[in-house]
Amino acid sequence: MKEEIIVSGRMNSMVDPHLHIWHWQIPLYLFLGGLAAGILFFAALYFINGKEKEYPTAVRLAPFITPFLLILGLLALFIDLRHKAFFWQLYTNIKLQSPMSWGAWTLMVITPVSFIWCALHIRDLFPKWDWKYEWLKSIETFFNLNKKALAWVMLIYSVILGIYTGILLSAFNARPLWNTSILGPLFLASGLSAGAASILILTRLPEERKLFARIDLIIIGIELFLIIHMFMGFLASTQVQIEAARMFLGGPYTMSFWIFVVIIGMIFPAILEIMELRKFHIPAILPALLILFGSIMLRFIFVYAGQVSRWLY
Amino acid sequence: MRYAMAVDTKKCVGCSDCVVACQTENNVPIGYCRDWVVEVMDGTYPILEMEIRSERCNHCGNAPCVRCCPTGASHFTDGGIVLVKPSKCIGCGACIASCPYDARYPHPDGYVDKCTFCLHRIRNGLKPACAAVCPTKCIYFGDLDDPNSEVSVVLKKRKSKTLIPEAGTVPQLYFLI
Repeated sequence: MKEEIIVSGRMNSMVDPHLHIWHWQIPLYLFLGGLAAGILFFAALYFINGKEKEYPTAVRLAPFITPFLLILGLLALFIDLRHKAFFWQLYTNIKLQSPMSWGAWTLMVITPVSFIWCALHIRDLFPKWDWKYEWLKSIETFFNLNKKALAWVMLIYSVILGIYTGILLSAFNARPLWNTSILGPLFLASGLSAGAASILILTRLPEERKLFARIDLIIIGIELFLIIHMFMGFLASTQVQIEAARMFLGGPYTMSFWIFVVIIGMIFPAILEIMELRKFHIPAILPALLILFGSIMLRFIFVYAGQVSRWLY
Repeated sequence: MRYAMAVDTKKCVGCSDCVVACQTENNVPIGYCRDWVVEVMDGTYPILEMEIRSERCNHCGNAPCVRCCPTGASHFTDGGIVLVKPSKCIGCGACIASCPYDARYPHPDGYVDKCTFCLHRIRNGLKPACAAVCPTKCIYFGDLDDPNSEVSVVLKKRKSKTLIPEAGTVPQLYFLI
């Protein structure tokens, strides 16, 4: 038996819950960022493939929510900062080894790109839109001429945004649960599936609905594979990672993770979408909302559980 | 130059003088601390083994906090000491999450704070406050690159360990066992 008594002072979140590092802001941001990345990815992908006419919701309509998602996410990040007046320090430094620095700079690129993409399609929402100033019009013309280049930038940066939300956590080797390189691809997949789900909510075209229901099905398959793969990796790893996996395999996070994320957020909507593709009448919004719910729960559970997992000494 | 500290677990009685000295010297806000004392009891009665450790930031050679900091507020300075520059710190918490020793805390003023090995004292030729007040003289401090410093001498003479070196952090806080 080994017993550890903290005689004085030891401060960590197990002893003092107020030292809990990250609260709701971070998982919320990770979700919003991942969702925005998913939507922008599909918009850029189908624009580059010249499918703008076939899938107008994905290319033109859905991106309209991304500036709001990104701004809300940035706001959540800002609320999380404890030394708020110094936030600009993020943009006077480039730290290649810090995923958070990468994220800050990625947001610096993708947020304006999402605004420009929406501006180019603003007449879909407001047909009589007028930019009023000549210089704004010339900017619009410039980006319309270089729309393909813009789409490529959007495609690449949306992948970086989606994958960095996972890498942000996996870079912390002090938290064994986060310290797995599967987390990057898993969060990217989850963001893409959330993006496809929100396109499903917005679209009215049966062809587009079919395509994104299929995409969602494939991504859910990938996510399930990555989750199983991740736990196999944990169980075959060091004691600290075995302990981390046990939090989800019988430990305190078992019920919430497997029920909310895997069953309600992945398997159930997958079954509904298979039924829909087989011509059963399913309201399209139902599986999409479940996927979004699963995606947000995945972030919350991983961010909270990760802070509990630690090295033993 | 490579500053390091060695704590003699055989001599430490767990009086917490080092904690109070640090809080006083560094104006640590009430309720927080930069160092702490851990008492580990191992074994089954009646064969028990006890170890008392005065712990603090390990001033790691491969510090995850410096790596994860997005602004460079956490940085290496003289002799490998890891410092936080408050005017660069945005209080994002990345370094707190990245420290396997939980050696950092968010200062009520917003920035993240931790042990500095009392750099302001070392520069004036003094020992860190915790080492200076220790009544059993169980805390040794000095330069590892100097073979005659008290920490080099004691580490040569005695068996020692570091905490979770397997985390890849290259800790510079040694425990004499």
